[in-house]
Amino acid sequence: MLGRLSWAAIPLDQPLPLYAMGAVGIVILIVLGIVTVKGWWPYLWREWITSVDHKRIGVMYVILGLVMLLRGYSDAIMMRTQQAIAIGDAQGYLPPDHYDQIFSAHGTIMIFFVAMPLVIGLMNFVVPLQLGVRDVAFPTLNSVSFWLTASGALLVNVSLVIGSFSRASWWGYPPLSELAFSPDEGVDYYLWPLQISGIGTLLTGVNFVTTILKLRAPGMLYFRMPVFCWTALAANMLIVAAFPVLTATFAMLLLDRYLGMHFFTNEAGGNQMMYANLFWAWGHPEVYILVLPAFGVFSEVAATFSGKGLFSYRSMVLATLGICILAFMVWLHHFFTMGAGADVNAVFGIMSSIIAVPTGAKVFNWLFTLFRGRILFTTPVLFLIGFMITFVLGGLTGVLLAVPPVDFVLHNSAFLVAHFHHVIIGGVVFGALAGINYWFPKAFGFTLDEWWGKASFWCWLIGFYLAFMPLYVLGLMGMTRRLQHIPDPSWRPLLLVAELGAIVVFLAILCQIVQLYVSIRTRDQRRDLTGDPWNGRTLEWSTSSPPPAYNFAVLPRVETIDAFSEVKRKGLSAVEEVYEAIEMPRNSPIGFIIAFFATFTGFALIWHIWWIVILGLLAAAVTVLVIGWSENRQHEISANEMAHIEQARLGLGRPA
Amino acid sequence: MDGDDRVFDDRTPGVEEYEPSASYLSYTAGLGLAVLLTIVSFVVAQTNLLWPPGIPVGLIVLAIAQIGVHLVFFLHIGTGPDHTNNVVALAFGVLIVFLVIVGSVWIINNLNWNMMEMPR
Amino acid sequence: MTVAALDTGLSAVPTEFARGRGGGGPASTRTVVAYGFWIFLLSDFILFAGLFAAHAVLSGNTAGGPTGAELFNLRNVFIETMCLLFSSYTCGLGALSAERRQPRRFLIFAALTLVLGAAFLIIESTEFAGMVSKGAGPSRSAFLSAFFTLVGTHGVHVTGGLLWLIYMVAQVVAKGLRPHVLRRLLCWSLFWHALDIVWVGVFTLVYLMGAR
Repeated sequence: MLGRLSWAAIPLDQPLPLYAMGAVGIVILIVLGIVTVKGWWPYLWREWITSVDHKRIGVMYVILGLVMLLRGYSDAIMMRTQQAIAIGDAQGYLPPDHYDQIFSAHGTIMIFFVAMPLVIGLMNFVVPLQLGVRDVAFPTLNSVSFWLTASGALLVNVSLVIGSFSRASWWGYPPLSELAFSPDEGVDYYLWPLQISGIGTLLTGVNFVTTILKLRAPGMLYFRMPVFCWTALAANMLIVAAFPVLTATFAMLLLDRYLGMHFFTNEAGGNQMMYANLFWAWGHPEVYILVLPAFGVFSEVAATFSGKGLFSYRSMVLATLGICILAFMVWLHHFFTMGAGADVNAVFGIMSSIIAVPTGAKVFNWLFTLFRGRILFTTPVLFLIGFMITFVLGGLTGVLLAVPPVDFVLHNSAFLVAHFHHVIIGGVVFGALAGINYWFPKAFGFTLDEWWGKASFWCWLIGFYLAFMPLYVLGLMGMTRRLQHIPDPSWRPLLLVAELGAIVVFLAILCQIVQLYVSIRTRDQRRDLTGDPWNGRTLEWSTSSPPPAYNFAVLPRVETIDAFSEVKRKGLSAVEEVYEAIEMPRNSPIGFIIAFFATFTGFALIWHIWWIVILGLLAAAVTVLVIGWSENRQHEISANEMAHIEQARLGLGRPA
Repeated sequence: MDGDDRVFDDRTPGVEEYEPSASYLSYTAGLGLAVLLTIVSFVVAQTNLLWPPGIPVGLIVLAIAQIGVHLVFFLHIGTGPDHTNNVVALAFGVLIVFLVIVGSVWIINNLNWNMMEMPR
Repeated sequence: MTVAALDTGLSAVPTEFARGRGGGGPASTRTVVAYGFWIFLLSDFILFAGLFAAHAVLSGNTAGGPTGAELFNLRNVFIETMCLLFSSYTCGLGALSAERRQPRRFLIFAALTLVLGAAFLIIESTEFAGMVSKGAGPSRSAFLSAFFTLVGTHGVHVTGGLLWLIYMVAQVVAKGLRPHVLRRLLCWSLFWHALDIVWVGVFTLVYLMGAR
């Protein structure tokens, strides 16, 4: 009746996950309770859950990412602590089975449910506003994408309390991930949620490539788009190109596990190396999907807070496109040691070194943008400077690893762990935090508290270096990654420094939470009444904060790069007297409903409850049929309504 | 707006309106060419009309030609400025397909040989 | 799933802004939908590329079991190929009829496409069933896993396409050739042609090369 699900799946004998889920469960119940008591459900359903507005969806993605950051970080500090304690004779507090689940969950959650949502959330919120249009190409699909991602995140977290997660790392390499060596539900808890959220991500890619190429304000030629939109285009092209490979790879592993096929098994001719090959053919473009939008954020931040346009726009665009293409030509550097010959290794090593070049060009462009600018040292600018230093250093260690003989010594050592955290934290995390601080006033109508923002920046910076610099040294000393127990006591001092770093990062996250709380409490003092708190250069700053649902009452006519700067320079009023009725998409529960069925279907697939699988798929099919028949999913906003909203906005001090 | 492309709008693959090349003739010509290429492929594969070591290359060339026929005659992908987006997207897709397939074959064959994998 | 209508005052956009350089403002709904679907199809091509790559790598790993040369019936493959190719043709003619607002012609071509597509599926499923009954199912060897998955995924796409076509026929009958129905038909025909393109790869790389 319930497949292989039984009461034994609940880890009653393991205090840590039980207490963790207990605490989380209580928090969830409190939140749900408050929402119910205050009668907020209709508002939440109408304004957020069924919203197809890219601004709302963007905010929800960022919230998902930040909440998952707490889970991913908890895994991190548990691992750090284990490694600081379990040295020599001491065994630590995490048995190997748990430790393996924790490092697998940490990587999976951080990449798929923290970094991706943060980056996709920023792109969602900002890109249509910067392009001067009213929404993305396919708003309902956008909602589907978000809710499928949320469904994946939920399913992965359910593994804490029902069953256990994969122990095969965030890659899931066979033969360990095959049935013979991982017979239980763990690997399935990894594969199915990622397939579900992968569909969501792919649809996002399709959505944004179409939006950026086909939906821009009149006069916005390709070379008048903001650089953030170019990096968003490149990242979404990579999503469209790479995610199908991951889907195919996971499908093949699932076929091995569920239907007894032999793609990657030890017997009957399977080839495990093919999994690693295909996984990284996705995996390398993935990191560029993460970092390119971060580069875009920094381009915007550098230009705005230097008070001058970005240095060498064209080379920035060319570098972005170059990185996009090259991203697909380096993936073997993730498995130099898997046994390819020197010829193959040399080619990919050289390509990996080449890809550092356009990134270097970008760094120079940011530097020259800052040079002789009148720089305002806000939180985003601190993150920019921290990023430039940190990402360059991290990138340099990457170029070291790109040399195959060096990689033979350092592959899968703590050095590698330090490298990728170096670039991901220095690049993606700093970029996401800079973007959040930069665009928060646009989204919510008031700025974030600067003091706490800067405090969180310094804690992130110091915490990162404390946590990861020792790992470079440890890697060179021979420490591998994923160690549940440390054999060599001479590593202790370095591991303690790393533990200290993890604690400082915890303080950074605490500062962010406090920043949010303080900012909300004192929001009236930091209202953004003009819509343009930073003297921005791009079109999103020409709207009110927050923008009306339709973004622009009249689509702006663009004539240059940095269209809003041009408007301000010419002293043009952005106010239009004559409004016309427009059509905006209606809200839709489709995204939530599809994700709802996907969650149950995914859970049933994991636990082999076949009748629920069939029901879930049927329900999804019916939903698709219903939505496929419908028409007129738009509603009209009359000219009067728009005039009313715009007049009210003007009354708050909009510059004429 | 629905259904009426402005005359100077970008064209997309497959759209028949305003597509001067879309007609019964173009589809029939495409069908004829594709049938011909298919027959030639089957013949080449099963006989020795083509120098045997060259048969795989020949088959691939014929397949690429037939895919081209589909793209041009059935999907009306053109080369004018209205088609730039379509062609660039297609080129990007083709590049990725090529990298994934050829790259994987090259890498795995190299790995198999170096790891002395037994034929099985 | 559309974007707000374009505001007036922009019909005077100079031609060079619009053609290929992208300054003409948001494109029409039809263009946006078709282009978005084209991008989605490219992603589907890449999914198949992953499966093609696995097949290419594993085609020699027969684990002592049957090989392609022993299993494939090229005469049936030729018939299948012709069925699918002709269904692409009838699909195209159907699209022409739809654009020219000729619903009855469209329905005739749609029926022909359905019949040809179904014939393809019948031949393919008979082939699969035959192989399984001979003990050459997907769990026999890595080669067979790759074969069944690649060709089977294509077959699943074809099945989905036919079900979608039936659904579109129902919409045409119920609502007529309205703009949103036409947009969906456009997506459908892009899908169907793309499947035939993938099949060119399949019959060449899997069957013709595999049978040697």
